Amino acid sequence: MKWLTSIGLGGTVLALFAAITSLAIGWTYLGTQAQIELAVRRAEARQLMEIFPADTHDNELVDDTFVLEAETPLLGLRQNRQGYRVRQGDRVIGVILPATARDGYSGDIRALVGVHSDGSIAGVRVVAHKETPGLGDKVDLRKSRWILGFNDRSLQNPAISDWTVVKDGGAFDQFTGATVTPRAVVVATRRALEYAELHNAFLFETPVANP
Amino acid sequence: MNHPSYRQLTLNGLWKNNPALVQLLGLCPLLAVTASTVNALGLAAATLFVLVVSNTVVSMIRNIVSETIRLPVFVMIIAAAVTITELLMQAFSYELYQILGIFLPLITTNCIILGRADAFARKNPLPAAVYDGFIMGMGFGLVLVLLGAIRELLGTGALFADMQLLFGPDAAAWRWEIFAVDFPFLVAILPPGAFLVTGCLIALKNQIDLSISRKAQTEVKAVGSKRVRVTGTVS
Repeated sequence: MKWLTSIGLGGTVLALFAAITSLAIGWTYLGTQAQIELAVRRAEARQLMEIFPADTHDNELVDDTFVLEAETPLLGLRQNRQGYRVRQGDRVIGVILPATARDGYSGDIRALVGVHSDGSIAGVRVVAHKETPGLGDKVDLRKSRWILGFNDRSLQNPAISDWTVVKDGGAFDQFTGATVTPRAVVVATRRALEYAELHNAFLFETPVANP
Repeated sequence: MNHPSYRQLTLNGLWKNNPALVQLLGLCPLLAVTASTVNALGLAAATLFVLVVSNTVVSMIRNIVSETIRLPVFVMIIAAAVTITELLMQAFSYELYQILGIFLPLITTNCIILGRADAFARKNPLPAAVYDGFIMGMGFGLVLVLLGAIRELLGTGALFADMQLLFGPDAAAWRWEIFAVDFPFLVAILPPGAFLVTGCLIALKNQIDLSISRKAQTEVKAVGSKRVRVTGTVS
């Protein structure tokens, strides 16, 4: 019967360690939870503030959100994502829309497109991508200033037929060695603008701020 | 059992038994994360921390836990240490946490950690186990950072970019542009570059070892020939 007690003992010791390690994790979780939430919010806010700097609005962007469902036409989203309203007083002066380009060179490119209420672009930022380092990743502002070329553009500037890369006869530069990536970003941006135009009332005429 | 000295432990961890170059453990994060120095440094620090914690705890409980259940217990300890590291990094260096992504939780499966727990920490007293964890972590981390620096330099022409992710906003100025390039040596930052550079580092280490042992041999030979000559003159 010695083996039985050894199994019992082993099991008890295992259970004991499971309990101790769980406690340690739980305790750390409780201790860091608030800090983590803060960090996530801060990272999100920093991204949004790049598009609409603090002096352009007086609401808390991170809190003024609306849901855009997956498969919303023109936005290419694979799952529900948040859009943000940018307000000055009770006027919505712009929105930040999530847009996903599904035709990146390697996988999806996720971007945020900031649109003023007059339909011009406040800024575009790529927030997640898996493009080739050194070539396609120039859509990232940390690598190249290319993405700033969208600022103040709109569906009339350039004309909608020119909303593609130079190589396809459009108005936007591609980078040497990479055409697919910038093309995907340009097209995704154009679609986001079209979405904003189509849903102008929903996006810009929401009088009451979220609680 | 004869416990190794700290000198031996140091030599083992950093050179003779280096986890990355000799034991070839933990290659998955080693190859995946070392595209830049800051990523390498982040993962090195996290691995070092987990290794020290797991070695410490394993050494403390070495007399309580029986042979049969030691592995599940070790894995639990390591997984807990990794989860705690992950939470801490999320709280205090969120951007780096995002960059390291899946490789942070994957530290659990890094064989170095279970390897040191089972091969060393469970047979040795606390101070030696802690030191072994530290020095093995350093050995792994140094290779990681070296690899990251070489790849970043070859691939982007600069060193220490984005250090602010780890050291706060002031570190943004640490970026050191060594040569400006329009078309950097891209392969270096792509996955194949990781294999190439790691291979070169291993070759370099072996070459150094070889020349050291050759030197030792020639010295022995010199002694031998002297003797022969001595006997020669006598006769």
